[in-house]
Amino acid sequence: MSELRFGADERGFFGNFGGRFMPEALVAALDELTVAWQDAMADPEFTDAFEKILREYAGTPSLLYEAERLSKKVGARILLKREDLNHTGAHKIRNVLGQAMLTKRMGKTRVIAETGAGQHGVASATAAAYFGLDCTVYMGAVDTRRQALNVARMQLLGAKVIPVDSGSATLKDAINEALRDWVASVDHTAYLFGTAAGPHPFPSMVRDFCRGIGDEARQQCLDQFGALPDAIAACVGGGSNAIGLFTAFLEDEDVAIYGFEAGGDGVETGRHAATIGAGESGVLHGARTYVLQDEDGQTIESHSISAGLDYPGVGPQHSHLSEIGRATYLPVTDAEAMDAMALLSRTEGIIPAVESAHALAGALRIAEQLAAEKGPDATILVNLSGRGDKDMGTAIDWFGLGGTEGETDDQTEGDHQ
Amino acid sequence: MSAKRAFELARSESRAALVGYLPAGFPDVDGSIEAMKVMVESGCDVIEIGLPYSDPVMDGPTIQAAAQQALEGGVRTRDVLRTVEAVAATGVPTLVMTYWNPVERYGVEKFAADLASAGGAGLITPDITPDFGEEWIAAADRHDLDKVFLVSPSSTDERIAMTTAASRGFVYATAVMGVTGARSTTSDLAGPLVARTKSTTDLPVGVGLGVSTGDQAAEVASYADGVIVGSAFVRTLLDAGPDRQAGLTALATLTRDLADGVRRG
Repeated sequence: MSELRFGADERGFFGNFGGRFMPEALVAALDELTVAWQDAMADPEFTDAFEKILREYAGTPSLLYEAERLSKKVGARILLKREDLNHTGAHKIRNVLGQAMLTKRMGKTRVIAETGAGQHGVASATAAAYFGLDCTVYMGAVDTRRQALNVARMQLLGAKVIPVDSGSATLKDAINEALRDWVASVDHTAYLFGTAAGPHPFPSMVRDFCRGIGDEARQQCLDQFGALPDAIAACVGGGSNAIGLFTAFLEDEDVAIYGFEAGGDGVETGRHAATIGAGESGVLHGARTYVLQDEDGQTIESHSISAGLDYPGVGPQHSHLSEIGRATYLPVTDAEAMDAMALLSRTEGIIPAVESAHALAGALRIAEQLAAEKGPDATILVNLSGRGDKDMGTAIDWFGLGGTEGETDDQTEGDHQ
Repeated sequence: MSAKRAFELARSESRAALVGYLPAGFPDVDGSIEAMKVMVESGCDVIEIGLPYSDPVMDGPTIQAAAQQALEGGVRTRDVLRTVEAVAATGVPTLVMTYWNPVERYGVEKFAADLASAGGAGLITPDITPDFGEEWIAAADRHDLDKVFLVSPSSTDERIAMTTAASRGFVYATAVMGVTGARSTTSDLAGPLVARTKSTTDLPVGVGLGVSTGDQAAEVASYADGVIVGSAFVRTLLDAGPDRQAGLTALATLTRDLADGVRRG
């Protein structure tokens, strides 16, 4: 019952969303992947090995941390799921280790991946190194220049990084290019898709590999606090960390679920990545979902200070959860996210990824309302999906950091250039 | 008019049909209409009009470049339908090759109705398979339009049978595992795929991906009912740059070479 209410049917449809709108050339590979994934998830040998590698190599279960100083400031209890402490610094390691293990199990020898700022690329290169797989990462040409450090990381890990110049030379074009590679290499290559979007089975498979976030957090809430939170919050680009958190709580009707999309300069400016909030139903990268598109169905470029949220589509399960009202999706602007980044850094000594700062900013907004309803015991669980080391360039620009004493701009609300 | 008639006519002449592709709006809408008319005059039996799309995952660099140029020039879906009307008026079956989202956005029923009234023969749908194409299949049937789906060397026999059962007009066999683009050698995957496809249907089978010369066309024509050429046509126009007359002359020369090829196969 619940699987059909929240999850996908055998064709990959979550209600009106999802499916597999793909070239025939890739259908055999997607069918093969579907069978291999379902087989693996039902095989204790696979699931035990996955649990072991996550524990011993990636550092899970990640901590659930009560941010007391922050809680005092906002008047409600804020719990942070510390995915930022995982190996490679984000929740993404869960997904790539799962998919790379599956690749080995299927007897394929090469993986390809797309990446925006480089986080999924670095994670994929890491998993490929660990499992001895050949790895090629497609990355928008503009991003390879902006994120030279991540390019170097991938190269050090043994991956080949291919800059993509076509289209808008951004994440969506990197996905297009990876798909073109896959059409020609599918007999020996697996596509490590970076988020819970794309054609069936990726949205469901990526969710399965990431759902440990919510499974752990739910149990930790019960163990540490004796109760479930009143609300949970995550940022949503494609939506892998969010669906990873949400899945364990879908049946808990008293737990409110919030996804925070990148509002960029503000949804009203048109420069944003609020796909559910401001997009319309369409088909992008193999799934029916909300898409930022023009009158003719051409994809519109998204905008966000956070490369990880800068995607004009969204995972189809999120579109479904929004449509049936189980989760609420709201935009958070660049400025709100950067304020939250500074706030968490200064109150708790934790520098979050800009992506995760969106979740935090959104949670702070609803905390006020929740505290008014339920008092200071009102509890919000926030997925701190990644750490902010990679975002120091962004922080330097935004806050005017990096000067020496006396010339440092000490304000936390910088002007966006 | 269904594309099947053009294949039947070619078959009656003991040859394969030549199917030529260009994107609408490249180099601009009127320029693309003029170019397609040249292709018809020089020997194309069927015209495929590409609907330029922002995320063309099945296209290689040549067609990507042309489509992007068309989009930057402001081509709209309604311009594609105007192009269909102009080309179909020449009397050759004219199909639209399109990724799915622009059709869904236009409205599937409305697109089918407007395509039919423009005289279009139907759609070629590279990112929709029949098992996810119910809405299109229903609309196409209502408006008597061709449904050209693709089969691939990786397709199972079951999927080929399912695909051909849902097709009308002809079946598009992709000769290689890969995206569009000229290749120097023809594929050894295409022959077996055509044979597997033909064992499931009486529909004509056209082979596309990679054909760029008359000799390659002749080779493909020896086992297929149609030879589909796209990137090579686009390439001649890209290479000619701003000199449109030179581009059209080169286009006519290439078309005649390919038309000669399908008669040698």
